[in-house]
This record gives sequence, structure tokens and C-alpha cells, in this order.
Amino acid sequence: MEASEIKKRLEELLSSELVWKIGEKQTGDGWVEIPLEKWTEACRLARDDEKLLFEFLRALSGVDRPGENNIELVAHLFSYRHRHAVVLKTKVSRENPVAASVCSVWPAAEWYEREIFDLLGVNFREHPDLRRILLPEDWPGHPLRKDYQQPASYRGIPTSRPAPEGSAS
Amino acid sequence: MRTVFEYLKALQLEPFWQQLLAAAAVVVIAALVFVVALTIAGLLVVVERRVAGRVQSRIGPNRVGPLGLLQWLADGLKLIMKEDVIPAAADQPLFRLAPYLVMVGVFSAFASVPFGMYLIAADVNVGVLFILAITSLGTVGILMSGWASNNKWSLLGGIRSAAQIVSYEVPALLGALSPVLLAGTLQMSGTESEPGIVALQGGWPWQWFVFRNPCALGAFFVYFIAAVAEGNRTPFDLPEAESELVAGFNTEYSGMRFAGFFLAEFANVYLVSAVATTLFFGGWQVPGLSLAEQAGDPRWIILGLVIFVAKASIFCFVIVWLRWTLPRLRVDQLMGLCYRYLLPLGLLCLLGNAALVLVASEGSTVDWVLRLLTLVPAAAVLVLFFWRVSYHIRRVGDRVDLDLLARGVKGRFHPERHRHYGKLASPTGKGVTQ
Amino acid sequence: MSEILQSSGERQELVLNMGPHHPSTHGVLRFVVHTDGEIMRRAVPDIGYLHRGLEKLAEGCSWAGYMPFTDRVNYLEAMFTNLAYARAVEKLLALEIPPRAQYLRVMACELNRIASHCITLGCIAMDLGAFTPFVYLLRERETINDLIEELCGNRITHNYMRIGGVAFDVDESWLKKVSAFLYHFEPVIAEFESLIVANEILAKRMAGVGVICAADAVAWGLVGPNLRASGVDFDLRRDQPYAAYDGLQFSVPVGRDGWVHPDSVVGDCYQRFLVRVEEMRQACKILRQCIAALPSGEIMAKVPKALRPPRGEAYAAVEGARGEIGCYVVSDGGPQPYRVKWRSSSFSSMSIIEHISRGLMIADLVAVIATLDVIAPETDR
Repeated sequence: MEASEIKKRLEELLSSELVWKIGEKQTGDGWVEIPLEKWTEACRLARDDEKLLFEFLRALSGVDRPGENNIELVAHLFSYRHRHAVVLKTKVSRENPVAASVCSVWPAAEWYEREIFDLLGVNFREHPDLRRILLPEDWPGHPLRKDYQQPASYRGIPTSRPAPEGSAS
Repeated sequence: MRTVFEYLKALQLEPFWQQLLAAAAVVVIAALVFVVALTIAGLLVVVERRVAGRVQSRIGPNRVGPLGLLQWLADGLKLIMKEDVIPAAADQPLFRLAPYLVMVGVFSAFASVPFGMYLIAADVNVGVLFILAITSLGTVGILMSGWASNNKWSLLGGIRSAAQIVSYEVPALLGALSPVLLAGTLQMSGTESEPGIVALQGGWPWQWFVFRNPCALGAFFVYFIAAVAEGNRTPFDLPEAESELVAGFNTEYSGMRFAGFFLAEFANVYLVSAVATTLFFGGWQVPGLSLAEQAGDPRWIILGLVIFVAKASIFCFVIVWLRWTLPRLRVDQLMGLCYRYLLPLGLLCLLGNAALVLVASEGSTVDWVLRLLTLVPAAAVLVLFFWRVSYHIRRVGDRVDLDLLARGVKGRFHPERHRHYGKLASPTGKGVTQ
Repeated sequence: MSEILQSSGERQELVLNMGPHHPSTHGVLRFVVHTDGEIMRRAVPDIGYLHRGLEKLAEGCSWAGYMPFTDRVNYLEAMFTNLAYARAVEKLLALEIPPRAQYLRVMACELNRIASHCITLGCIAMDLGAFTPFVYLLRERETINDLIEELCGNRITHNYMRIGGVAFDVDESWLKKVSAFLYHFEPVIAEFESLIVANEILAKRMAGVGVICAADAVAWGLVGPNLRASGVDFDLRRDQPYAAYDGLQFSVPVGRDGWVHPDSVVGDCYQRFLVRVEEMRQACKILRQCIAALPSGEIMAKVPKALRPPRGEAYAAVEGARGEIGCYVVSDGGPQPYRVKWRSSSFSSMSIIEHISRGLMIADLVAVIATLDVIAPETDR
């Protein structure tokens, strides 16, 4: 199915208007924007609907947009049976980054959401085991945020070394 | 040892001096046994590493001494110089005791290994039983080391190892009982005046116990596999190469304590081979000579020693070769092999041997028929094996000439002549996975 | 015995810690294993020991300058990670890649696939106790490393792909050497098969162990050989072709019951092992075709010196040795990437281990980790 048809199908299933966008010069991938409250529902419908059958969650990423004051959750989906792909996006506010988990739809999302929680600070409701995955449990801050300040030391270990003598600063 | 005592008696000294000299003799011979066993273990370490190297198309250690044969001395020196680390929470006395138990268990058995006609430290009349029993002392040591290390992985390794050794004792014993049955005595060596397992065989292959009847051949395989398993060698080395993750029961050991375990393992390899040689393959018997002739001339005794060492070395090589070829069995598969395959097979072989001993007395036609029936197929299999090996070497080549690839100059490299051009070289023309 | 424990009301459990130091080459991983004697109840993975912040680093690099970093995402299949990033950016720039570059990309990738599988298969055998096949395959990998060194100057972290093509061209002598290597290598695969693949002990260790059914594999996001061994017939090279794969002939091995060993079922460790052996052979086939069909021409498209892809985003995936390696790139029109996200196969493979580890033995866990081909740098980035 083409991207426009997929979007139309999703609109039918969710019975609400959806937006399809693409990059500036019409290059790269286009995406379908899903309202935050319909996120899990949209994902489940995308997986279960006969015409869509997106049973493979390729990647679930988070993109920090301080300019628009939100964090985007980007789900790349693929269907083995229909051999089509789609990108679903939803936006979470930066002040209160809470979203519903899609673990019940794709078990693969468990670790992706843990990573987004770890690096971007987005909380996922109904996630079975939401804790940091890559960083230590007591690490302060969320590194992938654009306004992240690296702590000077972690448990007494400095996080940067002085530049060697004679090298460019 | 007995000859030494008889010699001392013949000297007709005062009882005090005689006893003193006898005690001194015991100490000297014990030390000699220990040194011999240690040297063998050390050499075997080097041999294993060289063989492993050649199997893996590399060289192996060849710097220290001729052909690298003094590598074990260098390693021993290194291990002595290491810091003696004992975990603070380990059970101190048991931790220290464990390597000694394992070493004693293995090295003591060397006292009863018949290297040559009179070249055996203690030719006790329960030789086989003695060897099999004293090697079990090692189990206690292994379990002790696993427990005393205060380390869950060591504990698991020690428990597994203990279970493995204890289980495989049974088929090993069953396998060893067949030649005992054929010989009628437990004594290992023997001379012409008193019977012993080696003395009752002969030098030629058809005089060996292993080819007496098919059940004896089966018993040999049962004994060999069980003994390799008892020695914690691959494919049965799950307890110590907990692989994959930690080193099993001897994780916490370093320096000379670790060397104790290590040398004990290699000494055990030689012990297994030596026992297999004595029980099944004629030991030190020189082909074509009777026992009286061999006893007469010291040169034949030396020849017997050489023959014994050669035969035992072949089995050592087989054990090393197995280690570097086969993957390892999982613990439940290991136990399954012991109790479901080796144990029944060992029992069957024992029963078969017992029956055949009754039916076919030595020297009768039935006996000769049975020997032929066993020897000819075994020889055929051996010939087939060597032919197959040479076929593989011719097919794949023994050396990889990467230099030709490196040069790659036009006209100097002809792939059509280098290998089976265009045709995959596996026997069916295609691979297993197609 | 387990009834006695349960009836006493006490859950007796031994908690073991596997790693992060351990003598297998899967990288720095840690498992907290709850066992009841030999049988595991849970194996909880703990990752993050190799987290280097490669995604955050991208935001400080120029678009072209990030390429060496992409090698480190997975240093065993650096060509694939290079290619994924290059393709993602090329999608944003809507670049047309010259055909010679496409073929060179395929050749580099297939050589890398063989090298990576050499390590994987060797490690599987080594973890299960057979030390020799590992050394044989590493010997072959040395030749590949030499070939690739001649190609791009590096043995492992290749940095060979560029946005718009490849960095270096090849000449006749290099192609001859690759041919010579292939003539040498294909019988080595046959030798490997006769040595260890059909070995009864190895088969018994892996057949029926760690079975992952197709539905689970898809739901948990497994890709590549793991997915195909579970019975899903999908390969990005054939089904969503990129680079020069469109015209090339090769078969894609998929798991089937009773393959080689009668006890083997679809989705078990043994099938994952066999799929990789066959893939090595197919990679050789692809390489031969590429050598024969390599067109002449440019190796780089016309790309501006300072790259500024237009605002937008792109996701590009390649079929790496471990499966789909995807690179999701977001651009805000500036000289540096706004966001780079790596979709790595090992991340998903690690996540499924906890799910399938119940009821396995500790020794089986090792087989499962080895055959799922989990590589720590790819998991942690």
C-alpha cells in the first residue's frame, strides 16, 4: 500500500483526521502524526487490521524538540506480509513527558521504551519494567535531551579529562 | 620395590640397618615416582600445546628448549613466582588442602603403573583396585576446592565434577574388570614367576587382552570413555571450562596451587593411558620374546619400557586430540551417557567376557576364532581410518598458501590448478547445509 | 525434588552473576541468572557497559565526519553500519549513486558478512567447547582482513562508505585476489561443515534448545539469520533491494524442521547456526557475480563539500550479518545531524533472551546467547 492509502486506512480505523507530513524538499520519509491520546490504539490497529498488518516494530525512537517544546516518539513499522512500511509519530510535551506504552502491542517495544525513558526521560504508563537500561540506575539527567549538561563527576569519577599539554584546546 | 627389598635381604645386614635402608629405599622410590609423574605431566602439557597448535594450523610453543619441550619448566617457574592469593572469605584450611588431595590422588597411583618388567614401584596384588580407588581421592579434593572457594561458580563446578566423577567410576570399573576376568588376577605387572595382567598378555596384538574377544574390545571403549570423563577432559569438561564464563572449581586458585590442579589433570591423562595400555594392550611386553627371555637381559627390559611409553603416548595423543576436536557435552547429556549407555554396555561386556572365559579356554580353537574375529575388523577400521586421513590431507591440503594469494600477480596464480576448480570439495559435491 | 521445595513454601534459588567479565567474545554483557540447581528460572540481562553515546556524538559531528563513528556501532560489520548511515543521508539528499559504487558497496558488504559470520560461527563452536573451528575460521578471516585493508586501509573499522559512494576504487589485482580467496574459501566451508556442523555432540547441544517461534520472532523484533531460522522468509537484500542487489542471484536460507539433524526444529539454536553457514556460501556466490559484473565508472556521486541535507528525516536499513541494521536520521537543515538513531539487531535479540530463558539450563543459555549473535557494542551503542 502507498503511504497515502495507509494514512487513509488509519483515519478510517481511528475515525479522526490525521496529518501526513514529509521533509522540506519532499525527500526522505513521510510520517503520519497520531494524537497522543490515541497512540496505543493506533498502534494496535496498525498491527491488527487486515489491510495494514504492521506486525514488525522496526524501531521506536525519541527525538527531542525543545524548539517546539515537545519530544517526538517515532515508530517505524513494517509488514512482512504486505511488504509496506509506515512511520507513526506522536508528540509528548517536554514539561510532562508521559505517554502510553505500546508493549502490549509489540513486546519489542519494552526495551525501546526503556531506552527512551533512560535517554530522554519520557515516562510510559503500563510499562511492565520501566527503568534505566543503558545508563546506571543513579545517573542524573537524560543525555539525549538538547539541554543536557554532563555532570562533572559520577560517584567521584570525573567525566572529562584535561586536554594533554601541547594539543589544541 | 620387591626386588630392592630382596636385594637388601640378600645383603645380610643387621636388622636395624636393614630396616633403615629399607625405609630409605621406600623414600627414594616414592620421590622417584613423584618426580617421574611430575615430569610426565609437565611434558604432557607441552605436548598438548604443540598438538593443539598443529591441530589449529598454528605452531604452538617452540621457543623454550628444543621443540619447546622445556616450556613446562618456564611455566612452573612463572607459577611459583606468582602471588599466592586466597580469598578472604574462603575456608582457609580446606582451600589449602584441596590441591594436595587432588595431587596425591593422582600421583600415588603412579606407584602401581608398570613401566617395565621390574620397573614398578609397588606391584601390589590388588593393583587395579588400588589405582581405581586412590584416584577417587581426587574427587574429595575437587569438591573441597569448589566449596572452600566461597564462589557460587566454583561450587557449581565442584558439585558437577563430583557427580561426574562418581558416576563414571562405575563404567570405568566395569570396563577394567573385563581384563581382570581374563587374567584372573588384579595384579598389574607380574613377572614370570607370579601372574600379573601384563605378564599374562604377550607382545603381539593377538595376544593382547583387547583383541581376545569382541566383548573385551567393547570393555576397552567403555573404560576409555569413562576414564576420560573422570579426568574432566573435553568432551566431558563442563565442570572446569564452565565456559563460557568462569573456570569452574579452580577459579580462585592461582600460582602453585593452581599448578597442582593443572599438573594433576595431565598426570591423570597419562595415568589413564598407562592403565589402558597395561590392562588391554599388553603393557611392556616385547613381541616375540617370552617372559624368561625378557627377564634375562636388561636391554629387553629397557625395550619394554620404550614400548610401554610409546603405547601410552599414543593414547595420550588420542585424548589430547579428542579435546581439540569435539565440543563438550551438557551436564544432563553427560549423565545420560554414563547411566544409559556406558553402564549397560559395560555390564554386557563383563557378562560376555565371563561367558566366553568359561566357554573358550585359552589356546583353544574357539579362542583363536574370537581373537581373529576381533582383530581383523579392528585392523581394517584402523587402515580405513588412515586412508581416510590421507584422503582429506590430499583433498584440502596440509598447508594454506596465503602467500600465493598475497602476490596475486597475473600469470603466477592459477586457481584452476590450485584446488578442485569449480567443484565444491565435499564428498557429495555440495555442502551439508544445502 | 522441586515438589519438596515448593511444598515447604520456600523458593530456593541460586542467584548467579554471569559477566561482565567472561571468556567469550560477545562483548561486555551481564546476566543475572536465577537458577534452581541447573535449571534457570530467569536470566535478566544487564546492558550498558559499552554505551559510548554514539547517538549523542552525532549531534556534534558534521554529516560526513560522522562516518568513522558509524564503524564503532558494530565493529564486526562496519561496512553495513557505514552503508546504513550513508543510505539514510542519501535518501534525504535524494542522491543517485553511480553503478560502480553500488557494486563496490555490495562486494565490501559481502566480504564483511563472511568475516562476521566467521567470528560468529567460530564463537558458537568455541562456546560449546570445540576450540579448533574458531581458529580455522579466524585464519580465513585474516585473509579477508588483508583484502579489506588493501581496499580501504583498515582491517576492522573500515570507514569505507561515503555519502554518495565509496571512498576508494579497486583494480584488477584486487579482484583477482578476491577470486583467489573465494576459490580457497569455499572448500573451507565444506571442511567446516564436515568437521563441526554435523557433529553429533554439537547438534545435540543445540537442536531443540531455545526455540523461538515465528510469531515471537516477529513480535520481539528479531531480524536477519535469527528471524529466518524461525521460519520467516524475509531478507532485505532480496525483498527490499538496495545497492546492486537487484540483479544478483542468490538464495536465502530459511529454517525447516529436521534440517541436517532430525531433532532440529524451526527456530532452535541449531537452525540459527546452519542459516549462517549457508549464508557464507551465498555470500561467496554474490561476490563471484559482482566480480564478473563490476561496471566501470565513477565511485562517488557529485556531493557538495559541506553537506546540508534539507529539513526532514529518513530511515535506511541494510541486511547486515546480524540482520537489519537501520539508521534513522533527522535533519534540521544544519551542518550537523539533529538526531541519529541506530536500530541494531542485537538490541532486540538481547530483549528476547529473558523471555526464552525459563526452563533452560545454564549451559543452554550460553548456546542461546551465542547463536542469537549478540554483540555488545551494537546493543549499547
